[in-house]
Amino acid sequence: MPSLPAVFSFRLIVIVFTTLLSLTACTPPRSPDKIVISGPFEPVSYDPASSGYIFSRMQVIETLVDVNDDGTLRPGLATGWQSNDDFSEWTFHLREGVKFHDGSTMNAEVVRKSLAVAFGKPVPFDASLVKDITIPDAHTVVFTLSQHYRPFPSLMSNYTMAILSPASFGKFNRMTALIGTGPYKITDFQPPHNISTIRFDDYWGRPGTIKEVEYITGHRSETRALMVKTGQADIVYNLDPAAVEMLKSDDSVSVFSELIPRTTLIKLNLDDPILADRSVRQALSLALDRTGIASGILRVPGIEANQLFGPGMGVWHMDDLPPPSQSLKQAKALLEQAGWQLANDGVRYRNGKSLEMNMITYANRPELIIIATAIQDQWSQAGVKLNVHMENSSAIPSGHTDGTLQTALMARNFANIPDPLGILLADFTSEQGGEWGPMNWQNPSLFSRIEQIGRETSEASLPAQARDVIRTINDDLPLIPVVYYMQHSAVSDRLQHFSFDPYERSFRIADLQIRSEP
Amino acid sequence: MKRILLNRLLQAILMMWSVGTLTFILVRLLPGDMAYKIAAGRYGDDAVSTAAANAVSAELGLDKPAFQQYLHWLWDLLSLDLGNSLVSGAPIIVELQNQLSFTLVLAGCAIVVAALIAFPLGMFCGVKADSGWDRASLTMSTFVRSQPVFCLGLLLIFLFAMELNWFPVAGYGGAPYAILPVLTLAISLAAVSSRVVRNSTRTAVNSAWFEFSRIKGLSSRRAFVRHALPNILLPALAFMGIQLIGLIEGVIMIESLFAWPGIGHGLSHAVFARDIPMLQGTALVMGFLFVLINALVDVSYYLLDPRQQEVQS
Repeated sequence: MPSLPAVFSFRLIVIVFTTLLSLTACTPPRSPDKIVISGPFEPVSYDPASSGYIFSRMQVIETLVDVNDDGTLRPGLATGWQSNDDFSEWTFHLREGVKFHDGSTMNAEVVRKSLAVAFGKPVPFDASLVKDITIPDAHTVVFTLSQHYRPFPSLMSNYTMAILSPASFGKFNRMTALIGTGPYKITDFQPPHNISTIRFDDYWGRPGTIKEVEYITGHRSETRALMVKTGQADIVYNLDPAAVEMLKSDDSVSVFSELIPRTTLIKLNLDDPILADRSVRQALSLALDRTGIASGILRVPGIEANQLFGPGMGVWHMDDLPPPSQSLKQAKALLEQAGWQLANDGVRYRNGKSLEMNMITYANRPELIIIATAIQDQWSQAGVKLNVHMENSSAIPSGHTDGTLQTALMARNFANIPDPLGILLADFTSEQGGEWGPMNWQNPSLFSRIEQIGRETSEASLPAQARDVIRTINDDLPLIPVVYYMQHSAVSDRLQHFSFDPYERSFRIADLQIRSEP
Repeated sequence: MKRILLNRLLQAILMMWSVGTLTFILVRLLPGDMAYKIAAGRYGDDAVSTAAANAVSAELGLDKPAFQQYLHWLWDLLSLDLGNSLVSGAPIIVELQNQLSFTLVLAGCAIVVAALIAFPLGMFCGVKADSGWDRASLTMSTFVRSQPVFCLGLLLIFLFAMELNWFPVAGYGGAPYAILPVLTLAISLAAVSSRVVRNSTRTAVNSAWFEFSRIKGLSSRRAFVRHALPNILLPALAFMGIQLIGLIEGVIMIESLFAWPGIGHGLSHAVFARDIPMLQGTALVMGFLFVLINALVDVSYYLLDPRQQEVQS
């Protein structure tokens, strides 16, 4: 056996590597006036229609109307608004002295131009609703609508309606920069990975105390949890249950869990011969073990959903409804009454046809596929065979439009239009339903009642009307609510005054303060 | 050597056309309406709707016949224009430059560090074949290789980022950010290449010609460097060339774990969002890299192995 040349001595290799690693051991130090935020959101461009949700959270852009934690509206770039008697014309009074990040001043003409561009792009409501925008003076904007629309101000709180400086738009109104009015302005943007901002000193409101803020896209929940644990990030959003468990034992990090206006629902195609039968829908709802899903999968007991809108959505949530409970016995009895008899293979049949359905769900919310397979198991105990298909989120609107969708598990966001009446008017007033709402549901009496609420000028009757609507939806079950959505975020103890915006419009950076080092 | 390079250039041109065409056909064969998928990529899960999909379809001319779109792409390719991303609207060439530079840094550093681990370790084990060291190295290699690279990355994060707090967990923006992803990839690569080096070393040091070089009076170091080393390098180099190609394609997991803005991450998103120009651009660049790396391996073979020069001449 030849001897080993000295240059390949094992000891030497170990020494070289240890030295190299020690030399390069250099986690960047924390800056005393900069914070780092990480979340899964991937901004793809400057366009508010596609990435406005993140620029709004980073407080770069603002809208005419802002939203309180309970979903009620408050002044934003508009100090107030009022409508004519039938809600077909809305007048907004603009805040004076508002500067854009390029130093220009906001006025009615700029607002009109910015919103006209926004209405030409996809928005979360029917853009043809706005027929005309006029400007009687430099601080007033009037919207003439194609129909009476009571919740119009809530539409003006959506991030796609952000007010931008004219210098943001280039040829053909394409975005060349994002020049908003928020307390922070962009200094660097590397889509989809990084946004750097700096405090905007000419902000119309109370300026923030933190000078610089960086957003880093952390694609995985584990990565984000480790980033906040090691001090690389100061705030991380959208953590999964496993990451929350890990961070709860860390003294230098606080975990915040808040209910947000998002409900995990089962969308049903009521044109389907199986699902057209209300007793089958009720049986499917009764067969769900929501407590198991909430506690076992999501590890958040108490978020079981017994109605469409969750707590915190004002009059549109009924506190006195009994909590949902699983009853396989009742579910089986209802299916039998509907003519579905259990066969030896464990599946129910009616007239030789099996009780078999397809459910689509999507991968971007990782918990959905786990919940879908839990539902598959729970329904099988009642004799229902469910085939789960993992898709892209677009399969839901696409399946709704071409009618191929049978059932879908989805996490419906109700924060896009903070007034639930806007959602009801869009999705619950026709058999067509909504792409992220009911499908082929026929309840003309309720449809006209909701339209009536949309025309009502008195606020006093709203609570009773809302209860009536929610109760009817619950009885008829065009959608089956499963669980409400708990959002987990973690914050380094280096920061104080953190609060979570349940409508996820803002990271509330301007309210934060960095604790002085001891 | 000119002939090698000319052959590879022709291959590159053929490859660019075939990869682009194949990507074009395959994306259209994927199930689901493209306009909806693009709308989901552009506007996010909560905002994807039929209205958004219709707007996308009208804007991008997706309703035009496929052959028209293909001819349009081919013409753009001939004029060296890769088009714009359907999701972000940014020119593909800019996105690729950005993403590819990050991936090349990652892959290049990983292969160098892998070589720094694999060659000394492999040679040591080859010389000491069947010793305790060799068996321990085999066990370690098997253990590392049987782990998904993702697990290895997490282990390194736990050790170096959390326990020792030496390096950042994820992100980019300086050398410290690159160390953990590079080390993860390098260890994973070295686990196999060290065994290739070990086998070559073992064959070399046990060969008759190596024994002869010692008998004729060369010192062990001189015999090793002059005679064994070139013979060890050739198979190891070919293997690492293949590894580098696999590495550029396979960094998706690592880029996702360490939030590294490379091409793997860009490619996976382009597939989900049906961002065809981005997919075609990425596939073209990867195909081109494949040919380039093969050309480089051929050239280094030519320079290292005198027998190749005889064959070529």
